[in-house]
Amino acid sequence: MNQRALNVALPSLSRVADSVYWLGRYIERAENVARYIEVNLNLQMDLPLSPQHQWQPLIDISGETEDFQKRYGLAGQGNVIHYLAYDIENPNSIISCLRFARENARSVRETISSEMWTQVNSMYLQIQSQNTTPEPERLLDTFREIRLGSHLFQGVTDATMTHNEAWHFLRLGRKLERADKTSRILDVKYFMLLPSPQDVGTPIDDIHWSAVLKSVSGFEMYRKKYGRITPREVVDFLVMDRDFPRAVHYCICCANESLHAITGTAIGYFQYRSEQLMGQLASDLDYASTDAVINGGLHEYLDGLQGKMNVIDTAMREDFIARKKKNQTQSQSQ
Amino acid sequence: MRLEAYETGEFHDEMFDESGAARPEARLLLEAVRGLEDGQLQRCQKAAERRLVELGITFNVYGDTTGTERIFPFDLIPRILRAKEWDWIERGLKQRIRALNLFIDDIYHDQKILKDKVIPEEVIRSAIFYRPQCIGLNPPLGVWCHITGTDLVRHSDGQIYVLEDNLRVPSGVSYMLENRDLMKRTFPRVFEGLRVRPVDDYPSNLLETLEAIAPHAASEKPQVVVLTPGMYNSAYFEHSFLAQKMGVPLVEGRDLVVENDTVYMLTTKGLRKVDVIYRRIDDDFLDPLAFRADSMLGVPGLVKAYHAGNVALANAPGNGVADDKVVYAYVPDMIRYYLSEEAILPNVPTFLCWRDTDRQHVLQNLDKLVVKAANEAGGYGMLIGPHSTVAEQEEFGRRIEAHPREYIAQPTLALSRVPTLIGDHLEGRHVDLRPYILYGKDIRIVPGGLTRVALRKHSLVVNSSQGGGSKDTWVLADEPEMEGAPQ
Repeated sequence: MNQRALNVALPSLSRVADSVYWLGRYIERAENVARYIEVNLNLQMDLPLSPQHQWQPLIDISGETEDFQKRYGLAGQGNVIHYLAYDIENPNSIISCLRFARENARSVRETISSEMWTQVNSMYLQIQSQNTTPEPERLLDTFREIRLGSHLFQGVTDATMTHNEAWHFLRLGRKLERADKTSRILDVKYFMLLPSPQDVGTPIDDIHWSAVLKSVSGFEMYRKKYGRITPREVVDFLVMDRDFPRAVHYCICCANESLHAITGTAIGYFQYRSEQLMGQLASDLDYASTDAVINGGLHEYLDGLQGKMNVIDTAMREDFIARKKKNQTQSQSQ
Repeated sequence: MRLEAYETGEFHDEMFDESGAARPEARLLLEAVRGLEDGQLQRCQKAAERRLVELGITFNVYGDTTGTERIFPFDLIPRILRAKEWDWIERGLKQRIRALNLFIDDIYHDQKILKDKVIPEEVIRSAIFYRPQCIGLNPPLGVWCHITGTDLVRHSDGQIYVLEDNLRVPSGVSYMLENRDLMKRTFPRVFEGLRVRPVDDYPSNLLETLEAIAPHAASEKPQVVVLTPGMYNSAYFEHSFLAQKMGVPLVEGRDLVVENDTVYMLTTKGLRKVDVIYRRIDDDFLDPLAFRADSMLGVPGLVKAYHAGNVALANAPGNGVADDKVVYAYVPDMIRYYLSEEAILPNVPTFLCWRDTDRQHVLQNLDKLVVKAANEAGGYGMLIGPHSTVAEQEEFGRRIEAHPREYIAQPTLALSRVPTLIGDHLEGRHVDLRPYILYGKDIRIVPGGLTRVALRKHSLVVNSSQGGGSKDTWVLADEPEMEGAPQ
């Protein structure tokens, strides 16, 4: 018996796999919300005369438009930042994400490394101690720190935790969340920008698209690859790029790898439904044409992507987490 | 830092003798403390507390629904034990645990000790933690108490006594390990000079103990797990800490299933067999089919699998019978009965309220004695006579008359004190000591243990739920140069 083979190592408890997966998702979600706010703050300073609705898209990205309107009314800088960062009743606010991340981390402390736990705990304690929206002078730094905190968490995770099954579940959570968030920011901005044809090619248009790229740290990398900013190429870069780490395609490739590392099935084959669905999505992206996507309606395409990722999430739950208790006994010696 | 104003009072002080001179084992540390600038110790203390918060070494407060977590207060001034005294304690604890284990085994088999009338049968029948379900059980290696956390105290006569045995699910060992870690950061030089015996091998010893009790059918590398009630239990940190340090899964009841009298855990790849469970759940909640039917924490069928010999439990169910404070009073008799030896570590003299003569004495001396409920822990259900009001004494008097079996009384011990940082200076605070005893193939005791300290002035209650904190415990590897060592 070869003890070294991945599939012989003790698999994670289902509950533990679920918790590390969500730990990965929540930290990534907190980072993305911080990114949205950071970029919008920058945009606000570049285009100070823009109307209040500049903050509304941030609420739309999170999919909480109704809840926000009911509780806060008209979107402005102050209430949007409060809602997205500090509102504990908003389950997707930064503070909520970090609280859930910490709860998940706490329930799997024995699985993750101490360094990872300490990092999640510090991030939570940090934002919890702030409690209210910081002064304007501190705003940018605050969200930058959250973004860096998430990077530190990822670095610590990759450097201190064995890249075992639980690590792959964490990576799966992180990559799926990131793919989802990149597709959402693109969706909302594209929707908002294109309906004003008179702006196309103007400095305002350029600033907006730059902001989209900056929100995913993609501005410089985009420049190197394409030079001038055009909506078509921004879509190409953020959805189809195989090498840019926040592009949807890249994230799905990583998620696919991790899923196969968990099951032990070779890439291109499947034994679980989640593998089949993930493989289909990955090969869709492998061969998709950006022009066809735009002509067919970018919004519909991105909406479809998000839907597929949700189905994958559900399938993984059925395959690994909420397994039926009966008929699953496997022999100890494989 | 100036130590001249420190007062030992009328108590035994662990660092200074009656004349106020530093005890030889404490000299090096006290020199280091004297050499600190004003405020430096406080800064170290603050840094240590911050670190505890950052590491999330916290406990949950029962009855607090906001999910508040608190750190278990930690004091930087350690308690020091000399090599010779520790040797004596170690011998005493080994003797005691051997006798207690033989007693539990006897109680669930032939009950010879009852038949020979060394212990009245009625005492056992009425013990709350006596579990008839365990009669006839043969745990692996014949061991029932694998992990014990005996509480020791030193009285003003300088003598160390056993206060409680804590055989069921003793906690606190994680604090012992973390305290040492914090101390190494604070006093690195003192560690170099003193030769303090290390405690870091506790998790390895615990794992070895647990592997040693695996069922015969288990593979060479048995699957050990730690069973926790979950994240909201007050000792959750410790459960996950021990699982992490041993490198074994931390499971909850919902992660386990029993099929064909075999215990499995639910993993991403189906069911995996479990051989040994270090359970941090009370007997009552282990298995709704065997004990309390309303338990949501347990695993249906677990006890049957245990009876079938397919899984080992540490500690063994039913061992709480010896935690009863009335049974405690008979431990010296057990040692005589099973080992033909006299007890090395003395018990605290104990009055049993169900005995008429004892009860009369207790009722007449409620203002002097400590009264304890026979089956409570955590410092609850207790009357400390000299610190109590007349109304409280009357209330306890009524309870004792109504349920004499449920109460015992002991003289109020003047627990020894250790200098403790209070504000910007040191004051004496009362301490106890909980060494941790592991019993598998052999008996191993980690040098020292957890020193708990009552941080409130004059308080004798060291429990974390009642304003207690903890200190590191240093057992020295050799004797300091001195003459006339006691014991």
